[in-house]
Amino acid sequence: MKLELRGITKRFGSLVANENVSLTVQPGEIHCLLGENGAGKSTLMNVLYGLYQADGGEILLDDKVVKFSGPGDAMAAGIGMVHQHFMLIPVFTVAENVILGHEPTKLGGVLDMAAARVKVREISDQFGFDLDPDAIVGDLPVGVQQRVEIVKALISNAQILIFDEPTAVLTPQETDELMAIMKALRERGTAIVFITHKLREVKEVADKITVLRLGKVVGEASPDESASELASMMVGREVDLEIVKEPAKLGAASFVVSGLSAISHNGAKVLDDVSFEIHQGEILVIAGVQGNGQTELTEAILGLQNKATGSIKLNGEELLGKRVKQVLDLGVGFVPEDRTEDGLVADFTIAENLMLDRADRKPFVAGLNLRLAFLREFATKLVKQYDVRTQSIETKAGKLSGGNQQKVVLARELSRDLKLFVASQPTRGLDVGSIEFVHEQIVKTRNSGLPVLIVATELDEAVQLGDRIAVMYRGKIVGIVPSTTPREVLGQMMAGISA
Amino acid sequence: MKALKLGAIRVPIILSVLTLITFWLALAAPGGITTIQINSNATSTGAAGEAFRFANITAITAQSAWISFGLTALVTALAWWFAITARKPSRWLSIGFGAIFVFNILISLFNGQTMTITALLHGSLSLAVPLVFGSLAGVLSERVGLVNIAIEGQLLAGAFVSAMVATLAHNPWVGLIGAMVGGALVSWLLAVFAIRYVVDQIIIGVVLNVLIVGLTNFMFSTFMSSNQELFNSPPRMPSIDVPGLSQIPVLGPVLFSQSPIVYLMYFAVAGVWFALYKTRWGLRLRAVGEYPKAADTVGIKVYATRYRSVMIGGALAGLGGAFFTLGQSLAFGKEMTNGAGYIALAALIFGRWNPVYAAFAGLLFGFAENLQYSLSTVGSNVPSDFLLMLPYVLTVVLVAGLVGKVTGPAAAGKAYIKS
Repeated sequence: MKLELRGITKRFGSLVANENVSLTVQPGEIHCLLGENGAGKSTLMNVLYGLYQADGGEILLDDKVVKFSGPGDAMAAGIGMVHQHFMLIPVFTVAENVILGHEPTKLGGVLDMAAARVKVREISDQFGFDLDPDAIVGDLPVGVQQRVEIVKALISNAQILIFDEPTAVLTPQETDELMAIMKALRERGTAIVFITHKLREVKEVADKITVLRLGKVVGEASPDESASELASMMVGREVDLEIVKEPAKLGAASFVVSGLSAISHNGAKVLDDVSFEIHQGEILVIAGVQGNGQTELTEAILGLQNKATGSIKLNGEELLGKRVKQVLDLGVGFVPEDRTEDGLVADFTIAENLMLDRADRKPFVAGLNLRLAFLREFATKLVKQYDVRTQSIETKAGKLSGGNQQKVVLARELSRDLKLFVASQPTRGLDVGSIEFVHEQIVKTRNSGLPVLIVATELDEAVQLGDRIAVMYRGKIVGIVPSTTPREVLGQMMAGISA
Repeated sequence: MKALKLGAIRVPIILSVLTLITFWLALAAPGGITTIQINSNATSTGAAGEAFRFANITAITAQSAWISFGLTALVTALAWWFAITARKPSRWLSIGFGAIFVFNILISLFNGQTMTITALLHGSLSLAVPLVFGSLAGVLSERVGLVNIAIEGQLLAGAFVSAMVATLAHNPWVGLIGAMVGGALVSWLLAVFAIRYVVDQIIIGVVLNVLIVGLTNFMFSTFMSSNQELFNSPPRMPSIDVPGLSQIPVLGPVLFSQSPIVYLMYFAVAGVWFALYKTRWGLRLRAVGEYPKAADTVGIKVYATRYRSVMIGGALAGLGGAFFTLGQSLAFGKEMTNGAGYIALAALIFGRWNPVYAAFAGLLFGFAENLQYSLSTVGSNVPSDFLLMLPYVLTVVLVAGLVGKVTGPAAAGKAYIKS
């Protein structure tokens, strides 16, 4: 089936998420929708899928205008979607998830689970998925959950399939497998819309590329164009995809983790005998698919894991067993992975957020009072130094864009007297400009002679930023390798196969 | 040996404490005998009577207290052994312990009296009826994602409307229908405020309970109590003996010689279970309660599903409310549900949001409540204030101590806002 979007416009209040967007996808074609976070890719697809109602424009299927008042209509018309955040119910079985919404029933609305199992097996076998219809979805690995999501989209005979940032949660191997699945679907004549911001993937599978920026189509491109050309179309200016960093000048190994283990609240081993050391002036990147113990590792360093055993030494001093405040006072700077949840208090102003970790001491307090004049001066200086784009230091942190929020967090953490800098996914969800800024700051911190620990889930970032890379899998360090290691080897390591 | 974690030894610790209590009971056991009568008194059941009668048993109270202590100590030792060897403790251990413990307490409390098992169970079932209906209302509401604190209000509305409608129509069955409408209306209010106006579900639930208490009190005082004949003398709804089944010894008079509302309850429990787990309707309902957005993306109407399910629940709670009036041939009285809605809520959690388990939990709480009545009628020397506490203490101990951490429907209590 041929899909055409004509002049789609979608507004949220005064914000224009999509403006006059047009797009045509032919059957048997993989059409990439490329754009930065916030470019309006997901909004457009949610309009197509009936989740949002467009304020202008029309949707045509095989040259006939259609109107969707909800996802049910879109599905009935043959549109399926593989969502970025899986739309699966963790406590249901695979079969229950797949049939939800169009259940095979016997007399009186009684579920026909036998028919459901047959259907799941049928589609699953076509693609060699090997799904167990009776497995509980929440127990399955993420890659397999995505297959359930694909089967779910295909069961209603979708002719047009939307993949919304499908590779964000996958290992490189799983990503390759997904690409193969998309190609197999293309062979069957399915029209595919593939939303992504990863240029490597675009170049591998796309037949056609449409680039979105700030809600508008800025142009079409062919997959033959170079990555830097695509990137500058996406961002709107020349971008340097390379991180410039001079060779590391290594000092003493001042940060040493040895035999670190931790157990989650339900008894699972989340850190398993983790050992590494970081030299002064060195960036060690912890690479791996999300959820393999990286969060717990950073939490253990900060003193948030009270069930951790082993040792974490900074300049010879043991961090394990100390309270968070003591750890911070020893000179640990920390950027958490979820800045809106853990990095900032959204309802506080920028100035208040900047002093969060030192609001109890001089020079911020005099007697029982906060020295507001000093705080103003301090915040003004930092906002300028870290290029936080804001009208005032009294703006609430929650109102800032992701990039500016991250700059506030960085400003607070880096403005202390540090002995170690830890950042967890510091560029997650940021625009290219902010990513460049964050990378610069990290490299600068390393050049100042600090040991730096970065958690990265994107392989490209890990390779470019790190001096060495430690790959984690299921709470263990699979291996620590130089950043010149080939991608394929790193990908294998991320799946638990040691180099 | 590794240090034992608190989670693993929680059950043995609780059992140990309770064993100490049985020890104390044995030490303090009064001299005397307790007579246990298994069958019903011939007069209290239907004309047919039971097919077989057991002989009465006489137990020396002190002796049985020591035997109970021995048995509970044995079970506790087993529980410790399970915990220390890191084995999964069997649930039957706790259940067996509970049975011995309760029986022991019964024998000491009924010292010098006759304990009629059939009567105890029959009364328990009657008192459990509103709890079971109430917990079904909770299941249907929370499974679809709405926390239902307003069960109490739904029960009370059911009681009030059923009494009035049955009186006006001179027909108890019409009263039952009225009760369902009344309960459904209260739950409709809950749904409107929670879904359309996105009010916090706990707060609106509490407010509705207070509102219904105030409203029924007001109407009762202004016209109902002064015109009892006209508005508040519901006709009797006679209890029915199911032919054949009611003659089964012990179980017959307990289960099958009851008010029609009790029979409706059996069907309701089975029906809700079947609908929830075996039908398309139930699958969609549970999907909405777990992850409304996922349900939305496959074309399920989240709001409509929520309204429908919550209101069916309210109608069931209305039936439970009607049991206070029609089921027991009583006129409506101020606040006559007396907290049953909150106990139903506990039964719902104790029953892990499963209609069948919740029904059994309701029966257990009904048993505790009934104990209090039976003891005060046989004239036990235990202070009545203590007995009044019994169902509530049991609720707290069971929900906090033995249930532990249970997870309900993931989206319960959260409003779903379509963008």
